[in-house]
Amino acid sequence: MDIRIRIIDRNGEDHWVDAPVDMNMNLMELVRSYELAEEGTIGVCGGMAMCASCQCYVLKSPIELNEASDEEEAMLSEAFYVKDNSRLGCQIFIQPELDGLEIELAPES
Amino acid sequence: MSSETLKSNTTSPIETDILIIGAGPTGLFTVFEAGLLQLKCHLIDALPQPGGQCSELYPKKPIYDIPGFPEVLAGDLVDNLLEQIKPFQPGFTLGERADTLEELEGGKFKITTNKGTEHIASAVAIAGGLGSFEPRKPLLENLEHFEDKGVAYIIRDPEYYRGKKVILAGGGDSALDWTIYLAELAEELTLVHRRNEFRGALDSVEKVQQLKNEGKVKLITPAEVVGLTGQEHLTAVTVKKTDTDELSLIEVDEFVPLFGLSPKLGPLADWGLEIEKNAIKVNNSLDYQTNRPGVYAIGDVNTYPGKLKLILCGFHEATLMVQSAYQRIFPDKRYVLKYTTVGGVTGFDGSKKEAPKAVVKKIE
Repeated sequence: MDIRIRIIDRNGEDHWVDAPVDMNMNLMELVRSYELAEEGTIGVCGGMAMCASCQCYVLKSPIELNEASDEEEAMLSEAFYVKDNSRLGCQIFIQPELDGLEIELAPES
Repeated sequence: MSSETLKSNTTSPIETDILIIGAGPTGLFTVFEAGLLQLKCHLIDALPQPGGQCSELYPKKPIYDIPGFPEVLAGDLVDNLLEQIKPFQPGFTLGERADTLEELEGGKFKITTNKGTEHIASAVAIAGGLGSFEPRKPLLENLEHFEDKGVAYIIRDPEYYRGKKVILAGGGDSALDWTIYLAELAEELTLVHRRNEFRGALDSVEKVQQLKNEGKVKLITPAEVVGLTGQEHLTAVTVKKTDTDELSLIEVDEFVPLFGLSPKLGPLADWGLEIEKNAIKVNNSLDYQTNRPGVYAIGDVNTYPGKLKLILCGFHEATLMVQSAYQRIFPDKRYVLKYTTVGGVTGFDGSKKEAPKAVVKKIE
């Protein structure tokens, strides 16, 4: 089963993509699988919340997202272009309840 | 001999068979495979220690897909690799970034680092991962104007800060460690962090707390540096409290933002190599040679159809690449693959490892 997620890329382009819920995939990986950000500029640490290359802004979420872990919070506290709705894409896993989620990728830094 | 004179004496280039750019797991293992073929290696890495991402980003994290290791910490994997390649006495140029690649007559290459260290090799293996780790710079207007004139991203010589008014920014280990170190040296030390919480070893956090209580360090949180002031040299920074938006001007001589490192492909991109998606294109899986003969790209830095960025794939690529380099260096020699179990491992240091011989003796 797939859900639909809206991703605004770093060039401001708007994409609605199908996201699988049965592959243990996170938003960072989703962006990479559709090549919506250049390889090497996203998911640098591979999804360990140890870089902020997958930072995104959550524009609209159908449910309250899982709270950021201490590690994610710490990483965001050192990242640039951080806003109140900033999250690390690698820490948000695709699940059926997220159908309709809308995010925007933060600028590369 | 002091390190100064040592430095000035090493003006002649470092010579080796294979020059490896990047001392991550793939680069390190290349030394082993090259050593089996009696080829010498030298490694360059922008980081001050070997291990690449494994050491810099996640030394305490487990890896589960190294063949033969059900679980291994990234840092331990690096230690093991260093132990494995020790007999082959690799040379290291650490803390320097490979900047230029020049082809010499006779098919050799000259690689020069950002600090001017020259290396000459018969083959070049770029095992650069995602690139060299560069400090992440805060988004401040006229930041570049003050670089080396009051702004530095790396503390090279702590003594430089003695008796100065210093402001550090950041909330991780390096911000905490340098706060502790510079507290004794600086005339005035301020640490600014965007959150109230710091992420680091518990004793570092406690030590900074203690320094704060003793008045040796001024802590401003949650806050960030939002402006730089000065003519030629930095004279003050503007700090904004992020909870109240209150601005204050703080007189400082030196500002050191410590926001970690991020990898950048950097000068490699200008070496005339084919680049695709921030990676170096190689000739599929033949020998991982780039469009420049004698220059190979292995591990996460390369790309070809079916590429997977895995340490175990880097090991495989290193092994095949070294065979090709051997052919390049010794075009007339015939080579037959020999298992280490059969041939043992003969180090350049005179060490020899081999399987114990079975005894053939009659039992009466």
